[in-house]
Amino acid sequence: MLLAIDFALIIEKLILIVVVVSASLVIAMYTTFAERKVAAILQDRRGPNRAGPFGLLQPLADGLKLFFKEEIIPNFSSKFLFILGPALAMLTAVMTSAVVPWGDKVQLFDREINLQIADINIGILYVFGVVSMGVYGIMIGSWASNNKFSLLGGLRAASQIISYELAMGISLIALLMVTGTLSLKEMVVQQQAGHWNIIYQPLGFLIFLICAFAECNRTPFDLPEAENELIGGYHTEYSSMKLGFYLFSEYINMFISSVIMATLFFGGYDMPFVNEANFTPNIAAIIGVAALMTKVILFIFLFMWVRWTIPRFRYDQLMHLGWRILIPLALFNMLVTGAAVLYFNR
Amino acid sequence: MNITTFIFILLSVISVGSALMMIASKSPVHSILWLIIVFFTISGHYVLLNAQFLAVVNIIVYAGAIMVLFLFVVMLMNLNAETEPIKNYRLQLVGILSGGSLLLLLVLALMKIDASHQVQMKVGDAGLIKVLGMTLFKNYVLPFEISSVLFLSAMIGAVIIGKKEEKSAN
Amino acid sequence: MQPLTNKAKQVSRKPMTFAERLYLPAIFKGMMITFSHIFKKKPTINYPEKQRPFSPVFRGLQILNRDEEGRENCTACGLCAVACPAEAITMEAAERQPGEEHLYKEEKYAAKYEINMLRCIFCGLCEEACPKDAIYLSETFTPADYQRKQFIYAKNDLLIPHPKENPEAYQKALGNRATKN
Repeated sequence: MLLAIDFALIIEKLILIVVVVSASLVIAMYTTFAERKVAAILQDRRGPNRAGPFGLLQPLADGLKLFFKEEIIPNFSSKFLFILGPALAMLTAVMTSAVVPWGDKVQLFDREINLQIADINIGILYVFGVVSMGVYGIMIGSWASNNKFSLLGGLRAASQIISYELAMGISLIALLMVTGTLSLKEMVVQQQAGHWNIIYQPLGFLIFLICAFAECNRTPFDLPEAENELIGGYHTEYSSMKLGFYLFSEYINMFISSVIMATLFFGGYDMPFVNEANFTPNIAAIIGVAALMTKVILFIFLFMWVRWTIPRFRYDQLMHLGWRILIPLALFNMLVTGAAVLYFNR
Repeated sequence: MNITTFIFILLSVISVGSALMMIASKSPVHSILWLIIVFFTISGHYVLLNAQFLAVVNIIVYAGAIMVLFLFVVMLMNLNAETEPIKNYRLQLVGILSGGSLLLLLVLALMKIDASHQVQMKVGDAGLIKVLGMTLFKNYVLPFEISSVLFLSAMIGAVIIGKKEEKSAN
Repeated sequence: MQPLTNKAKQVSRKPMTFAERLYLPAIFKGMMITFSHIFKKKPTINYPEKQRPFSPVFRGLQILNRDEEGRENCTACGLCAVACPAEAITMEAAERQPGEEHLYKEEKYAAKYEINMLRCIFCGLCEEACPKDAIYLSETFTPADYQRKQFIYAKNDLLIPHPKENPEAYQKALGNRATKN
């Protein structure tokens, strides 16, 4: 029965949810700052350095500014959907973090606390499902704006995400063949014991990485919000905190996809060359979280590094890459992986 | 009334209600959004039946991909209540007839079911991924493989279409 | 046509090789270039804390000069207004009354002296025209403002601080041009 309520468990999970959500919000906030800083450094500039020491209060100032901006809802838009759009985008962005194993177990108050909100046995499929939901926020918002540029941006987002989801799914299938489980926690445990999955799936990782860029609408695949063709893309008509939600959800998506990539291919909270069994569980958990965060930060840096290096693709190039290169490549990867698994497991 | 029954009733009410709204709403985009809610509640039912895999696949495939395409087409063609053509009486009659016969069929099927034979919630493992995989790959290998080849050929077909267009452009 | 330099590079229209069509090496190369920029020196100067030195020939906002005792140099001769190509300078002359010797250096002085900073082109011809060394261009520029009329600088905006009452501000306003006195 569902009604076997364990209050301590519920409180534990609630605290974990609050911590994870607020942590991802804070990280996303500082990712916006890091983005500006990295962009500046890569372009021989200094970046924001006025608000607070080294400009560390800049994200607060940005958030405050967005908060106090005038809220504009276009006259001919459907108001409910117009508000629903950014809310959905934010919701789906945050929801993914539920199945990520952030670390190993922690001993607190005589309880063993798992640093994962929900260890469901279809973890990676859940992530996939939520990611495929993510496009609704953009589509609904863009349609509700009643603006042709917004609509074009939304349509681009939809077709782009659907196209790249295919290749992403197939590259994941190859990974699942190697790991034999859908649970993210179990994948990490396997990688802790053996090698990281990147060794078995280098091509799969590359495909996954490119698709993750496309799913996050990051440059070079940021066509839905291409400023010079579509003004602002899907968020042209948005202002104030609703715009903030859209921008913010993009950074949360980036953070979450970095976490997913680190978990799937780079051992999650596994610290290389360190045997976690040598430490007490709490210290091992802290090391694990630190290891995961280091990997995530490196991935986020990669996202930014690519953004400030590579120009945007043309739309036909985007589709060409997705359908005619990545999908055949992913299929090939799946075949080779299947053959290898068959050969070595015999 | 325990919590499972409560969730079941809630989900059922939402799914039936949004299905009705989907039919009733004038704007196609709203219809699609209602339909998405229906899919979500159906996924909720799957979870109640302990079939998480089916639930997630339902969301990925139906709510995540097919509905996006629906929405895509409706938005692209800018369909709305004003542009909808007025159907003539004969068409409406045919629609009522076919819909009514489908309803009759469903009601007849429902009447046959023994009311004491209730759905078992949260038990059974038919929907779990391991059991499902075993069933698909042991008992139904051939149909499964044939359908997967069908899907693969559809995907390759899409790639080929993309290729062909470029050649004719050159 | 004969090319002027040999810098022009013929664009290669050859179809790309397989390695080139992979794109990844090229992307990696590009990323290495941006990465190398992390370690480059940044040319930006943190402006209000650190300021770039003006060149010795810089011509900025005009200043009406005083002598060491704080008397105004200007005699309202009008040469600067005549010299001004943008016709930015207007002035009204007045005669020095007895008892005003500590205010004005000579018998005639400018009762009103205005420069329209929206017209001024900072050519420095007023400075060159002035026989009394009363006007010169300093090393500051005109600050921005919201209203047009704020840009018509009157005499008290232009006058240099009094050298006896406020010697520090006087020295500061004088700047490097102090050698002129």
